Amino acid sequence: MPNEHRASRDEAPQVMSTLGTAGTKRSARRLLKANAWFVFAFLYVPIVVLVIFSFNDSERVNVWQGLSARWYGEALGNTQVISALRVSLIVAISSTIVSTVLGTAVALALDRYRFKGRRALDGTVYLPIVIPDITMAVMLLVFFAEAFKLIDTFGPRLTLGVTTVALGHIAFNISFVAVVVRARLDQFDRTLEEAARDLYATPWRTFRRVTLPLIAPGIAAGALLALTLSLDDVVISAFTAGPGATTLPVYVFSTIRQGVTPELNAISTLMLAASVTLVVASLALQRPRSTTP
Amino acid sequence: MPSLTPAETAAQRRKRRTGTLIATPGALYLLIFFVVPLGLITVYSFATRTSTGRTSLSGWNLDSYERIADDVIGGIIARSAWLAFLTTVLCLVVAYPFAYYLATRPPRLRARLLVLVMIPFWTNGLVRVFAIRFLLGSNGPASALSEAMGFGTFRILFTPTAVVLGMVYGFLTFMVLPLYVALERMDWRLVEAARDLYASGAKAFWRVTVPLTRSGIVAGCVLVFVPSFGAYVVPEILGGAKTLLIGSYVARQFQAARNWPLGAALSVLVIVSMLVAVAINQRNSANAERTQGVTR
Repeated sequence: MPNEHRASRDEAPQVMSTLGTAGTKRSARRLLKANAWFVFAFLYVPIVVLVIFSFNDSERVNVWQGLSARWYGEALGNTQVISALRVSLIVAISSTIVSTVLGTAVALALDRYRFKGRRALDGTVYLPIVIPDITMAVMLLVFFAEAFKLIDTFGPRLTLGVTTVALGHIAFNISFVAVVVRARLDQFDRTLEEAARDLYATPWRTFRRVTLPLIAPGIAAGALLALTLSLDDVVISAFTAGPGATTLPVYVFSTIRQGVTPELNAISTLMLAASVTLVVASLALQRPRSTTP
Repeated sequence: MPSLTPAETAAQRRKRRTGTLIATPGALYLLIFFVVPLGLITVYSFATRTSTGRTSLSGWNLDSYERIADDVIGGIIARSAWLAFLTTVLCLVVAYPFAYYLATRPPRLRARLLVLVMIPFWTNGLVRVFAIRFLLGSNGPASALSEAMGFGTFRILFTPTAVVLGMVYGFLTFMVLPLYVALERMDWRLVEAARDLYASGAKAFWRVTVPLTRSGIVAGCVLVFVPSFGAYVVPEILGGAKTLLIGSYVARQFQAARNWPLGAALSVLVIVSMLVAVAINQRNSANAERTQGVTR
């Protein structure tokens, strides 16, 4: 079979025709397709089953007894759940605001300025993303313990609480925001800023009127990601929270260990719905406008 | 090098100052809440645990590090490394053909499929582990299904198999994304050239495609191995007594066991292995950029 098409550099699809003879080509293609279906099933089936069973009327998780929203009512009537949700929202919103401002500034500085310590910052900013949660969590625990000891000698007695959880969340969210915003700055058309400057705009005006609007989708995507990650975090929250500062994931985590309940299914489904909404919004924002992939 | 006029250097100086000004708040935050804690945990790893479970910082020693070599802890570390390795291999085997499939779709479909991959990726991780826990439970849906089909009940919950399955489920996307990026970026004309020179499909794949996507393979392996090695939530929910991993063991030292120096030493071990993995990845991607520059 002659090659009817010459693949261009970035064009992958037709390369399949170079995979082998007609027979092996077809079976290879079939295997690839089967594997893809398998992966999508693997990713989605557990979630879908969970969602379906959250509408199960039965007291026992494994027996299907008919459709009902009963457990959603139970979950929302549980004061522990509601107070955990409140803590989660306070932590998520405050840490998102702070980390979006700081992370965006870090991204801007790293992308377009040379300054002392730039290399060190560039190397450090990615570490909170890669470091396993549990190590970050115990690091912060030790840090707060030492910081409190130090502060206590001056008088005020501090304890772990909602504030320490938020401080921990900001620490990892700065990095995520910085990475997302920097990716946006990477595809930035610098000539637009030069044009503004050529037209005698001050640096601040150039930033306000040109740079900021152009990277705004990146900032928004970074903020949504920060919000998502903050609402998802279990480990760091568990280790930096004192009594009364239990977040919703920490509540779910400690309850799972005592066994699966239908109420947990309902709470999980609600958390799932929240994070899927945020992700879809974030993906929509991150999509480069009017450029073909 | 052209000499700079005084005006230019003044402008440059101003720019440098602006950069410092913008970077400082974020950098300071990371310094206080990340770099200092990193230093503190290292200091703690050389400290002593007093008989009451407090940490004494006087008299530095290597006791906690010496314990890493003892049977129990050595076994936990070996088990963590082994399960992380298994997870990485499984992810690679499943994700490579998957990423290949994605990268060879027409652009429009590709974008849509990619969204389908991204959604579970950013979806609440705890909920996803919980979904697996629910599915695999001793009388959960999977067991009920297998019983109905006549295979009898199966019990894999609280075994290493369940932990590996949970980690593959949790971290698979970390493998898919870098592989996808590498395959999508690859110069497919090189594969065609190999075919034109009578390389078999398999040979072209192993000798051209795989080496060209090496950076993606290494990045994916690092991104899966590191969180698997330090995993805490997955083994806590899906594992049992026989699958105590380093993440849970570290957590215990800071909770009931109250041996912060030992926990700190093990954390340092995790951090060092993470830094090694990151360094390997960076060197590798730098190499890849160089070779790609040549082929272009």
